[in-house]
Amino acid sequence: MDALIQALYGIPILGLVLQFAGYLIEVVPNISPIILQAATPIALGALCGVLCERSGVVNIGIEGTMLTTAFVGWYVGVLVAPILGGEPTAIFGFTPALLVALGAALLAGLVISALHAWLSISVRADQIISGTIINIAAFGLTGYLNTLIAKTSPEGAGAFTQFHPPKELIQLPIIGWLFDMFLSQGPITMSVIVIVIVFQLLLFRSRWGLRTRAVGEHPRAAETVGINVIRVRYRNVMLAGLLASLGGAFLSMEATNSFQQGMTTGRGFIGLAAMIVGRWSPLGAFGAALLFSSSQGIGQSINFFPPTGQLGDILGGLPGQFYDALPYVVTIIVLAGVVGRSIPPAADGQPYEREAAT
Amino acid sequence: MSEASPIVPRRTMSATLREAWAIIALPLISIALALVVGAVVILASQIVVPGKPFNPLLPLTAYLALAQGAFGSFGAIVNTLVATTPLVLGGLSVGLAFKAGLFNIGAQGQFLLGALGSVAVGVAFSSAPPIVAIPLALGAGMLAGAAWGFVPGLLKATSGAHEVVTTIMLNYTAIAVVAATVSGPLDVPGSPSPITEAVGNAALPIIIGNVGHLGIAIALAAVAIVAWLLFRTTRGFEIRIVGANPDAARYAGMHARSLIVLTMSLAGSLAGLAGAVVVLGVTHQMTASFGTTVGFDSIAVALLGRSNPVGIIFAALLFGAMRAGGPLMQIQAGIPAELVDVLQATILLFLVANPFIRRVLRLRGVKAGLGEVDTITRTYGGEVSTR
Repeated sequence: MDALIQALYGIPILGLVLQFAGYLIEVVPNISPIILQAATPIALGALCGVLCERSGVVNIGIEGTMLTTAFVGWYVGVLVAPILGGEPTAIFGFTPALLVALGAALLAGLVISALHAWLSISVRADQIISGTIINIAAFGLTGYLNTLIAKTSPEGAGAFTQFHPPKELIQLPIIGWLFDMFLSQGPITMSVIVIVIVFQLLLFRSRWGLRTRAVGEHPRAAETVGINVIRVRYRNVMLAGLLASLGGAFLSMEATNSFQQGMTTGRGFIGLAAMIVGRWSPLGAFGAALLFSSSQGIGQSINFFPPTGQLGDILGGLPGQFYDALPYVVTIIVLAGVVGRSIPPAADGQPYEREAAT
Repeated sequence: MSEASPIVPRRTMSATLREAWAIIALPLISIALALVVGAVVILASQIVVPGKPFNPLLPLTAYLALAQGAFGSFGAIVNTLVATTPLVLGGLSVGLAFKAGLFNIGAQGQFLLGALGSVAVGVAFSSAPPIVAIPLALGAGMLAGAAWGFVPGLLKATSGAHEVVTTIMLNYTAIAVVAATVSGPLDVPGSPSPITEAVGNAALPIIIGNVGHLGIAIALAAVAIVAWLLFRTTRGFEIRIVGANPDAARYAGMHARSLIVLTMSLAGSLAGLAGAVVVLGVTHQMTASFGTTVGFDSIAVALLGRSNPVGIIFAALLFGAMRAGGPLMQIQAGIPAELVDVLQATILLFLVANPFIRRVLRLRGVKAGLGEVDTITRTYGGEVSTR
């Protein structure tokens, strides 16, 4: 068997491809939990985008929303932890302080998305500019407050901890790594797949979903049927803000327990690309998010645990920063390849004016 | 009988004033309101972040320190000019793209690539006579920036991938490219942290004060050239039409695709020139983590200046003054320089909410709107021109 594999790897160009496939089969089950973890903020950002754009509102400000809610969640935890104290629970490590901080983060996301909704729907300003302003404001405000706060050497409220599934489950022969991937995670990451499935069902198989999609495709027709287009859009954009704030809370309260300036590093925008690649559907967006995060994960693993043999020699010559840039480059390539065939909701980005009452 | 000459009323003073007011009203009001919001933020942050006793006059101290740092002395004014220079070029970059209906958020990445290109060539020609080294280094910076603008332009023209996402991805990629190049081929061997050699003779000569370099004149020349291009050439006319009304452009037989690629490349070269000017005029070498706020300030400059070359100069002066005065504000009032980011975002917020402001303040006869930005959102989902 080994001799056969070595022979296959020896074939000039196809051999490299086979070596890479072999490397993937070997490495992916080990890093699959990390891949899902890295996909969480991207997926939540993408879901926020899906909900907004299916209702007809373009939301570029997902990155700024995630950054602000990450900051708010972390800082409220800092403020509240000394007051509330309490022992963390065995599973997931909940403390009263962490839960209050999570609530604050969700509230902050609600406020920001309400601002974006007001600018886009009532003021009818250009939605891409409005989203960009939210991003600039988020960077500025969080940077300003973070610089002020850092002088006081704050102590965080901690973070949510991972769930540990029983070892027998993980060590099952072929599917064990799937259990590892979905179950050895913190609360927010575990909830992502649930949110994706629920959202997919709601969007495409419920009355609420039908109304939402109608508002995004042909608001005039939706209004004639009696749907209040403005109210649906406001509600959906604010609900989407909750999803983005969950992504931000993940960054500062589950993946780490601190706040760094600009810690979102473009994940909100990769989420937008995932939304487009996933054809504006929750399941597709989640799959695309996994694709982008796995490019990051595989890149990092090649960087630190390079493959052996001929493939390893070639890949080892690339500078380390190549792997930092890899997820962004992959995003561009996939987006450019797919976007022409991926059709957005017809009324996406167009402000809506109610018919004058006669 | 002699022909009666037509009676042409002379332009009255009030008519000119009214027209001037129409153009600058909204930007001025946005700035004033933003200063008020900034004061509220300063006061509120005193409450939210415990520490020193509450000082109700802190906003005033902060703004006075900001103004002093920007205009308080001859040296301060020169600092402001130096800070304004890359903002003028970056604002031209984003503004030119706006005119064509494109949103060049990638100015930051193009800036970095332009800096990298000019450093690489500058170091290579550091002992050549300045008359040779400087144009070559500047040209390399413009070329590198143009390449970084060409890619998203080409992707937008052929596949319809919206430049908002692709340029932001390229911004992050540029950071990695700069880090890899400065840590690798360009690194000075034996230096404790990655840094390039100095550019030697390719450095821009000083023309004002201690630090005012040739880039100031270059930026002004660029404004004149871009204004001439946009308003006095056929190509510029086509660019403006593609942004204002893509369907009309197509109907008139203009090649929208090649215009998109051309505009993004030109915009990239302007942002690359900004990077080249900063590196050749101020720092004279580059570190692996070289970074400035110029790329994102440029967006604010272009929006505040309404993508108009003259407006961009004034907007760049405003933000350049704020950036130059920031350190003094940090020292004298203890307010982090990031407040300038908050002020910037708030100015833009009020600009973009201008229908609401106009209604609340009951302004009439005021020029509103940001111009060709409608095209940016229209092409969001991947509309591809047929030509």
